[in-house]
Amino acid sequence: MDIHEYQAKEILAGFGVPIPRGGLAYSPEQAAYRAREVGGDKWVVKAQVHTGGRGQAGGVKMCTDEHEVLDAANDLFGKRLVTHQTGAAGKVVYRVYVEGAVSIQKEIYLGFVLDRKTERIMVVASADGGMEIEEIAEKRPGSIIRSVVEPAVGVQDFQAREIAFQLGLEPSQIRQAVEVVKGCYMAFRDLDATMVEINPLVVTGDGSLLALDAKMSFDDNAMFRRPDVSELRDKSQEDARETQAADRGLSYVGLEGNIGCIVNGAGLAMATMDMIELAGGSPANFLDIGGGATPERVAKAFRLVMSDKKVEAILVNIFAGINRCDWVAEGIIQALENNPVDVPVIVRLAGTNVEEGRKILSRSGLPVIRAATLEEAAERSVSAWRNNNKHNIKMVASS
Amino acid sequence: MSILLDRTTPVLVQGLSGRIGSFHAKEMIDYGTNVVGGVVPGKGGETVHGLPVYDTVKEAVTQTGATATIVFVPPPFAADSIMEAADSGVDLCVAITDGIPAQDMILVKRYMRRYSFENRMRLIGPNCAGIISPGKAMLGIMPDHIYKQGSVGIVGRSGTLGYEAASQMQDLGIGVSTSVGIGGDPINGSSFKDVLALFEEDPETDAVVMIGEIGGPQEAEASEFIRDHMTKPVVAYVAGLSAPKGRRMGHAGAIISAFGESASEKVEILREVGVAIAPNPSSIGSTLADTLAKAA
Repeated sequence: MDIHEYQAKEILAGFGVPIPRGGLAYSPEQAAYRAREVGGDKWVVKAQVHTGGRGQAGGVKMCTDEHEVLDAANDLFGKRLVTHQTGAAGKVVYRVYVEGAVSIQKEIYLGFVLDRKTERIMVVASADGGMEIEEIAEKRPGSIIRSVVEPAVGVQDFQAREIAFQLGLEPSQIRQAVEVVKGCYMAFRDLDATMVEINPLVVTGDGSLLALDAKMSFDDNAMFRRPDVSELRDKSQEDARETQAADRGLSYVGLEGNIGCIVNGAGLAMATMDMIELAGGSPANFLDIGGGATPERVAKAFRLVMSDKKVEAILVNIFAGINRCDWVAEGIIQALENNPVDVPVIVRLAGTNVEEGRKILSRSGLPVIRAATLEEAAERSVSAWRNNNKHNIKMVASS
Repeated sequence: MSILLDRTTPVLVQGLSGRIGSFHAKEMIDYGTNVVGGVVPGKGGETVHGLPVYDTVKEAVTQTGATATIVFVPPPFAADSIMEAADSGVDLCVAITDGIPAQDMILVKRYMRRYSFENRMRLIGPNCAGIISPGKAMLGIMPDHIYKQGSVGIVGRSGTLGYEAASQMQDLGIGVSTSVGIGGDPINGSSFKDVLALFEEDPETDAVVMIGEIGGPQEAEASEFIRDHMTKPVVAYVAGLSAPKGRRMGHAGAIISAFGESASEKVEILREVGVAIAPNPSSIGSTLADTLAKAA
């Protein structure tokens, strides 16, 4: 789960990380009011959207008077920000954050991640802050400092000092840097984060440290014990279908293609997407309906996949392990009878009681295209999609 | 012989009285697994499927002589149950539970280091399908009838994709020595490399099928092990060629977040060390058959 910059800053401030003065606004008027409240003569108006690369996409604006703040906010509210991370759909701005601008001497990158190799929390830092970590890794790999935290005792002062000295900070700034590193680590650990990033952490004109931008992500598996963090979830920043799916206990990821997928098991769902691409098609989604493919679950999955208007064919791929193919087949029939679909449906069943399942499908008289193997299912899906009426009409219309 | 598990291995079920634990305990018993008891704190003295239930893992181990355990405990309590197992003296723990917080797993892995390597429990999972040594025993949740007894090891992250491989092999008449699901979580007990090392030493395993996916460094680590230590042929498939970067594909660990974590990069790394790559998930069985024919 991701949260907004202003929320991350508020959390980190609670753990002793210094942040600039700022205030949240839901309207341009409120933004201007916030600027007055913050004081000073220079402000930054920042779109609050769950993505990096806001600056390049025009989501961060410098202002020197209240009218500029009002105009900037006016421009941002309702705007769809498209960054290299959002995909073409972009993210809509519903909140802006108004902050006092500061003079900058130096920009540092400071991040905390779950390192899968050492199976511990790792601190990542670089004196080349301001650009994204991927860019730093590409352009200045030598500048990256890594330090692994021993989970039994947490991050130690000496580790934080080592990082601070390697970053080239002045002796007078070391104590503050140690507090920032330790504060971020405590926030990470105490709130079940999976990522904390301050980029940039700046040295201001007067030589003190300040977190100019902040990002935090959290472990979905741990949200049952972090109700305060869960409340920060902003559904307007999520794909509506993904939210809907998560609320129904299904795992869904919307993609760009037009062959909808209904699969049990994450690995098999990924493999099914791969097969569709190899067969010359493009998957519309990742969807894992989980182990117990009950009729209700299958029906929910059909509704979810069909809510994507791009979908022009549906591939159902179920490997019945603990459950049985005959039950799954009944589920598919029930789902299709209650929610008729106007696109071809290709079904591949395998595993327990597969023969019975196939018989049930063919007896039903529903126009379901059956396939015996995953390869056959993918090929039939792609050719059914190519022959699909809807698709042909579009082809004619666009030519 | 098989790895990790055979007909005689005495097994405990942690969470035996729950709906899922009790269902799968029955399946395991029916398959011939030597299930000797269960652990449910507060329910000691009761019986489930005629098996004694104990309050603590230590007590269960003392009373039954169990050397392995399987965990069906819900996510909030699962890490604690795994640590309890690690402290009880069992050799092997399979954690089926999906949804354990990542930081709980950091603590589990750290906790397990208090035992010297020789005395340390081997953890498989969490968020996995478990282990099956066909014709002998099952410590997991897989559909047992798709596994034919034989001499090819399977190790994979995904449950259903492992089933896909096993059933393709069965169709081609190729049997399995042991199949191990290492699970889809970012921090897990045993890695590909750990399980490959066991297969390399197992006299009854002639080749290994490895089923990877996007995310994490474990396929790359495995490739180093294969290059330096593996004499038996390895066939691999890596799922997620079409998965976009930065999006989590179902499994908590299936997300491309660093260089070398995409499916195509993993395929390249494995191909370089001589692993036979199945180009698509439908050709795992046939790629294995070709490899076995060449090796013969």
